[in-house]
Amino acid sequence: MNPPSNRTALTVGFALLPIIVSLVITAVLVLAVGSNPIDVLVAVAEGAFRNSNSFAGVVNFWIPLALCSIGLIVTFTAGLWNIGVEGQMIVGAVFASWAALFVDLPAPLLIPLEIVLAMIGGGLWAALVGFLKTRLGVHEIFGGVALNALANVWSIYLISGPWAPPTGGTAQATAPFKDSALLPPLSSEFPVSLLALILVAAALVIVTFALRGTRWGLQLKATGKNSKSALLLGVPTLQSAMTAFIVCGMLAGIGGAYRVLFTYASLRPLASGGIGFLALLVVLLVGLRPMFAVMIAFTFAVILGGSTRLKVALQLDQSLAGVLQGFIVLLVLLSNGLRQRFTPSAVEPPTPITATVEVQRIQPPV
Amino acid sequence: MDDNLINILNSVVANATPLVIAGIGETITERAGVVNLSLDGSLALAAMIGFVTALTTQSVILGMIAAMIAGALIALIIAVAGIELRQDQVAVGFVLTLLAADLAQFLGQNYTRIPGPTLPYVPIPVLRDIPVVGEIFFNHEPLVYLSYALIFVTWYALFHTRSGLAHRAVGERPAAAFARGTNVNRLRYFYTILGGALVGLAGAAYSLAVKPGWSTPPVMRGDGWIALAIVIFAGWHPFRVVLGAYLFAGLRSLASAIQRSPDIQIPLVLLNGLPWLLMIITLVLVSGGAVERLLNIMPRPLQKAMRTVLRSDPPAALGTRFDEG
Repeated sequence: MNPPSNRTALTVGFALLPIIVSLVITAVLVLAVGSNPIDVLVAVAEGAFRNSNSFAGVVNFWIPLALCSIGLIVTFTAGLWNIGVEGQMIVGAVFASWAALFVDLPAPLLIPLEIVLAMIGGGLWAALVGFLKTRLGVHEIFGGVALNALANVWSIYLISGPWAPPTGGTAQATAPFKDSALLPPLSSEFPVSLLALILVAAALVIVTFALRGTRWGLQLKATGKNSKSALLLGVPTLQSAMTAFIVCGMLAGIGGAYRVLFTYASLRPLASGGIGFLALLVVLLVGLRPMFAVMIAFTFAVILGGSTRLKVALQLDQSLAGVLQGFIVLLVLLSNGLRQRFTPSAVEPPTPITATVEVQRIQPPV
Repeated sequence: MDDNLINILNSVVANATPLVIAGIGETITERAGVVNLSLDGSLALAAMIGFVTALTTQSVILGMIAAMIAGALIALIIAVAGIELRQDQVAVGFVLTLLAADLAQFLGQNYTRIPGPTLPYVPIPVLRDIPVVGEIFFNHEPLVYLSYALIFVTWYALFHTRSGLAHRAVGERPAAAFARGTNVNRLRYFYTILGGALVGLAGAAYSLAVKPGWSTPPVMRGDGWIALAIVIFAGWHPFRVVLGAYLFAGLRSLASAIQRSPDIQIPLVLLNGLPWLLMIITLVLVSGGAVERLLNIMPRPLQKAMRTVLRSDPPAALGTRFDEG
C-alpha cells in the first residue's frame, strides 16, 4: 500500500494534469490558426475582468448556467440524461416573452408572472421528454434532442412571424420588451439581476436539501442507481423520473427567461445559446454535487464571458471557449479512469453517472 | 415518368448518402456493443478536415482519407475510454459531440465559404441507361455507389459470415463469445474504429459532395442525431438503415418542394421542424409497446412480416463493458 503522502500527491496530480494538458492542447491549437496563446489569455482575462461591466457579463452567463446545472443534478440523480435542457430553456424563454410582450401589468406583478410562466413552459417541455421516455419508450437523449430542435424552430417561427416587430421582421429578434417586463439591474456599472441571484441561491439550497434529506430525494437516488430493484422495493420510479424531469425543466425555464428578460431584453433565435449543453458538461465534470457544480459553472462562465472578446481583439472565433471546456471535461473523465486503474482502492467518485442507450421502459409491475 | 420527379428522387439519393454511410458506420459500432454518441460533432469535424485537406492538397482522395482518420480517432477515444478506462460511453460520446463541433468551428474559421475541390460525377455506363432507375441511382458521384456497396457488404458480413457471427456475439452476449475464444475487447476496438472511419467518410460526403465547402454553423448540424435515431429505427439492420436515411432525405426534399410551390403557404421555418417530428414519430413507432399493439390488430399472416420490419431490439450488451477473466 502506498504511504499517504504519495496518495495525496497522486490525487492532486490526477486533478491538475487534465487541466494542464487541456491548456497545452488549446495553446497548440491557437498557434495552429496563427495566433499567440499569450494574447488569447490576455484577451480572455480582459473579456472577463476588464471592468465591472465585463464581470457582470460573466455573472450573466453564470446565472442560467448554474440554474441548469442544479436542475441537471436532479435528473442525473434519477439516472436520466436530460439533453432536452436546451429546449426547456428556449420554451421557458418563449413563455416569459409572451407575458413580456402582451401582458400589461406593473413590474411587481408582471415579473413574477413571467418567471412562473417560464417555469411552467420549461416544466411542460421536460414533461414531454419524460412522457416519451416513460410511456412511449423513446430514450430521453433522442426525445430531448428532437424537442430541442422543435423548441428552436417554434421560437424562430414566432420571431419571424406572429411576434415580429412592427417595424418589419428581420428574424433576428422580437421588438424590445417594455421596461416593466425586464428584470431590474443592480446598477448601471454592474448590470446583474439581484432577483436572479436570489433564485440561484434558492434553487441551490432547495435542491441540495431535497436530494439529501427528503423521501423524494431518496426515491430519485434509488431510481437512478437501479430502477428495476427500486421498482421491486416499491419506489414509484415513474413518478420519480417525471418529477425529476419537471424540476429540471422548471429551473432551465428560469434560465431561459433570464436570457430574454435580462441579457437580450427581447426574444432571439436559440435563446439558450448552448448554455444547457454546457451545464451538462459541468455536471459530468463534478458529479452530483450542487455546490461544486455552481462553482465550476462560474469557472466556465469566466471562460465563456472572457471569450466574447476574442473576436474583437484577435479576430478569433469564440468557439475556442468550447474547445477548452470540452478538452477539460474529456480529459478529466479519462483521468478518472486512469486513476481507478492505478489506485484500485481509491475512493470511487460519489455517485457515478451511468446511463445506457438501451430503450428501457420504466413500468409498474404487473 | 416526369423529369422533375426523377430529378427530385435523384437528389434524395444523393442527400441520403451521408446518412446512409454514417448510419451503417454506427450500426457496425453498436452491433459490437459500443455506442458512439459523438456523430453530430464527428460529422462536422470530419467534414471540415476533409474539405481543408482536399483544398490544400487539391486531392479529394486525401481529403476523404483525412476525414476517415478524424472519425476513427474520435471513435478510438470512445473505445479507450469505454473499454480500457471503464468510463461511461454515453458521457464520453456526448462530450466529444460538443468538443468536435467546437474544434471544427475553431480550426475551420479561416476556411468558411470558399470554393474547393468536389467529387466528380461518374455516371455508370450501362446502368445509367436503364429508364428511370438509371437516372435516379446511377448518375452520381462515387461515394453514392460506395454507399450501395457498403449496405450489401455490411449485411452479408454481419449475417452470413463467421466473423459476422463473432461481431454480433460481442454485442449481444460478450461472455458467451469470450467463452468460445473470441477476444471481445479487441473486436470491439476494431468495429468501433471501423464504424468511426465510416462516420468520418460521411462527413467528407457532405463537404466534398452534397453540400460542398465549409461554413459556420455547419450545414450538417443535427444530422448526426438523425443518423443515430435512424440506427434505432432500423433495428440495427443495414437494409432498414437505408430505408430510414431515404425517408429522412425524402422528407427534406418534400419540404423544399413545398416551400417552392406557390400554392401552399407554410412558413419555411416550420418545415425545418419536420425531420425532428419524424424522428420522434419513428422512435415511438419502433420503441416500447407501440409496435406490439400495432402488430396485434393486424391480420395474422401479416404479423410475422411486419414484425421483421418494425421490431427494434438493441444489441443486448450495448453500452456495457466486458471485463475478461
